[in-house]
Amino acid sequence: MVVSKKLAMPVQETDHTAYKRSFYIEGGNFNYAGIVSTSIKSILKQMDFSGDVIRKCAIVCYESEINVVSYARKGVVNLMIDPDTIKIEVVDEGPGIPNIEQAMQQGYSTADQKIREMGFGAGMGLHNIKSYSDAFIISSELGKGTRLLMTINIKQ
Amino acid sequence: MNLETIVKELGLEVRCASESLKNNVTGGYTGDLLSDVMANSHEGNIWITRQVHQNVVAVASLKEHAGIILINSCEPTPDTLAKASQEKIPIMVSNLHAFEITGKIYNLLEKKD
Repeated sequence: MVVSKKLAMPVQETDHTAYKRSFYIEGGNFNYAGIVSTSIKSILKQMDFSGDVIRKCAIVCYESEINVVSYARKGVVNLMIDPDTIKIEVVDEGPGIPNIEQAMQQGYSTADQKIREMGFGAGMGLHNIKSYSDAFIISSELGKGTRLLMTINIKQ
Repeated sequence: MNLETIVKELGLEVRCASESLKNNVTGGYTGDLLSDVMANSHEGNIWITRQVHQNVVAVASLKEHAGIILINSCEPTPDTLAKASQEKIPIMVSNLHAFEITGKIYNLLEKKD
């Protein structure tokens, strides 16, 4: 895992990127929470990736999506597929994370009561993202936002 | 074992997607924390929960659960029902609490093996 306190530049498409698609997430709107993850999962299924790869992508994508809905004003998910890896980049415009090391700890959460009542905000999200990614980069800047880059290896 | 058998044996009330009651049940997972269910449940599981809001449908759909059982006679919200019907995920209601319904389903699945 790589942690950075400056918001990193968005990942660039390379000559090897065979597929790229972006999705928009509206902050604060739980009515559509999960819709991006569901779309990405269905794309990966159509492309016939293994169940294990799809499962990992679905978990990291869903947790990131819920974080944007819970804490940010808006966000973008970029799905990039190259011959060896699937990259899921989630960039949000929001308050940023004051202490990334603390936010990564299982059980730590700043979620309000409303979010917790729905069964979110248990302090498991970032921890799950790290556990189910083959590589994970997180950067955040206060007052600007947070960027996550999760890489899943196609050959598990 | 399919959902239909579990529904009959335990007297569950089916609220939507009855066309999917032939879904095979591979096991179960009990929990109200969505991240926990997301990380630890498996495809084909029956999910036992107290959460009634529409976000349960996204989790069940992403994890390809066989169905969702709401405990303590809790009813799904109208938008939960609409989404679950659209995704063809059966939602069933039990008047039992989580410990009891989980134990009964566990015993049913064990007996079958």
